Amino acid sequence: MKILLHSLPRRSWLTARRPLSHLTMATDPTIMSVTSSAQGMNMFQAVNDAMKIALETDPTAIVFGEDVAFGGVFRCSQGLQERFGKDRVFNTPISENGIAGFAIGYAATGGTAIGEIQFADYIYPAMDQLVNEMAKFRYRSGNQWQAGGATLRMPAGAVGHGGHYHSQSPEAYLAHTAGLTVVMPSSPKAAKGLLLASIRSKDPVIFLEPKALYRSAVESVPLGDYEVELGKARILREGSDVTLVGWGAQIQRLQKACDLAKEMDGIDCELIDLQTIVPWDAEAVEQSVLKTGKLVVSHEAPITCGFGAEVVAELQERCFWALEAPIKRVCGFDTPFPLVFEKYYLPDETRNLEAIREVVRSSR
Amino acid sequence: MDGILLNAQRQGRISFYLTCRGEEAILMGAASALEVGDPVFAQYREQGVLMWRGFTLEQFTNQCFSNILDLGKGRQMPIHYGSRALNYHTVSSPLGTQLPHAVGAAYRLKLAGEHHVAVCFFGDGSTSTPDFHSALNFAATLNAPVIFLCRNNGYAISTPTSDQFAGDGVISRAPGYGMAGIRVDGNDIFAVHAAVREAKQYALSNNAPVLIEAMTYRQGHHSTSDDSSQYRSVDEVLVTTENHDPLNRLEAFLKKYNLLSEEDVEDMQKQERKDVVKAMEQAERRPPVPMRELFTDVYHEMPLHLQRQQAQLEAHVKKYPEKYA
Repeated sequence: MKILLHSLPRRSWLTARRPLSHLTMATDPTIMSVTSSAQGMNMFQAVNDAMKIALETDPTAIVFGEDVAFGGVFRCSQGLQERFGKDRVFNTPISENGIAGFAIGYAATGGTAIGEIQFADYIYPAMDQLVNEMAKFRYRSGNQWQAGGATLRMPAGAVGHGGHYHSQSPEAYLAHTAGLTVVMPSSPKAAKGLLLASIRSKDPVIFLEPKALYRSAVESVPLGDYEVELGKARILREGSDVTLVGWGAQIQRLQKACDLAKEMDGIDCELIDLQTIVPWDAEAVEQSVLKTGKLVVSHEAPITCGFGAEVVAELQERCFWALEAPIKRVCGFDTPFPLVFEKYYLPDETRNLEAIREVVRSSR
Repeated sequence: MDGILLNAQRQGRISFYLTCRGEEAILMGAASALEVGDPVFAQYREQGVLMWRGFTLEQFTNQCFSNILDLGKGRQMPIHYGSRALNYHTVSSPLGTQLPHAVGAAYRLKLAGEHHVAVCFFGDGSTSTPDFHSALNFAATLNAPVIFLCRNNGYAISTPTSDQFAGDGVISRAPGYGMAGIRVDGNDIFAVHAAVREAKQYALSNNAPVLIEAMTYRQGHHSTSDDSSQYRSVDEVLVTTENHDPLNRLEAFLKKYNLLSEEDVEDMQKQERKDVVKAMEQAERRPPVPMRELFTDVYHEMPLHLQRQQAQLEAHVKKYPEKYA
């Protein structure tokens, strides 16, 4: 089985016709070659590596949550308790509000708190702590107190069989809360850097990890200590015909849509991964849309009041006169996340290809 | 202070106030058994703790009048005090949210090897909240040196404790969580002091939480937005105050042992009244917090979108100054 590192040519062993840019679908990342400075890692390994480095470099850092002691239900905290001890890596009782509140108090007392919520679908009991306490901790105190050392990470998004309660993407609920930072990586290398940046941020961060990518996304990830800047989007491919904006696992579907659009219609798409949902890099999207004149926003979460609505509202105000076609959103439907209908529900590459074609067709 | 600021609200000079009348023994008794190195996570009726630690009348009134010297920069309603210097976390309105914070803080203190406890205060009503349950359970399972101090004052706004829980008060839950606890006469300043002193020693020696239920009575209304005569008799308040007021009890005790005279009491009260009025009048005259502070401290550094919003607002207010004077 040929394994590709991101720096090699883009033809994937999966299909001869459709290169998958920098990601590859490998089933055994341990056989990736290890250089002195980088190693093939999947997303849970990248997350694990980030937490390991955080625990190594910051003596106040702790990792806690349900089932993290034995390694976590997705293996993200594997080996950490053995290495750093039970005081620093430990299980909590089942209480998301407890986890969030504990993180706030620990951070407010000068420590770095890395809390895990087992699934983003279970974040809701913590909403009072997140919205009323964590987000407002600095502001309400007149900057005397702050909870920037708190980071809550959690698996989010569709996984193929998750149904209502193992598939949600709650970023929209969180993005509406001033004072929170919400981050969602789309690949292992970005995940490690973004997580380290989140842990070290002087503001509290909610870190949403696309669980579908935990094992399936593999990339060459630098072994050292590095950060990816929060609040900055990344341009994954450049193009001049239409701008595509997405985040998380959706980026993979958008990559496929871009490939199809190019092969079949000769359309050059510019693909932007927001990475940080809030505060978001509106400037990067604006620059792109001024160039292309066309925008498609796509996310797994339901369309109504999803974060795509914010992107569209802001971009129509900034770029109205440069737009050549109405902005389109390709999102989940306004239903609970359905199990057996997942293939219809998810905004896949085919629906996105249709949206790309439509904005190009209707453009003036 | 409470009486004068309460009247200030009634006169429309501040928007809101609430007193801790009847609970002074809990607040001063507890605060005097602690050190400033013990972080306090209060609910909102603990101004006595802050006063004990050294928060000045100027600082109290600046916050109530939301003026330029308010440490909280005018962002919250009156009585939502906070002081980094005095290790008193800024109060928030939601009930019980401070309890898990105290547990996290205590855990941090333990890992850092600091010989201090985290202390959280809350009322009888807050013991019904999810955060109360989670905090006590976390504290016990994670061995956190935290003192949970419940001011059982009989009412949560209009809800008497008989509507709040069916068990034996709050202390009966301590064994349920696997933690030590004690019920104490909250109107006896020495009893509270002793209980908190012992609790701190216990918490630090055992790295374990302690639940204290201090029995008392809320003599005042819940706040200036409440008229408690609608749900309890004036007689009940008068009789309870007459028989159980903590200040009366302390005064009687000190007088009995010739540590205080009637003259002393009158002088102290007169002086205090003058000091409070002076602080209040000064606070009222100070300028308000500048508009730019609407946008600061949401994040450590002001992000671009807030800079834009701030610029928009400034331009707007500049254009219509008379509308926002």
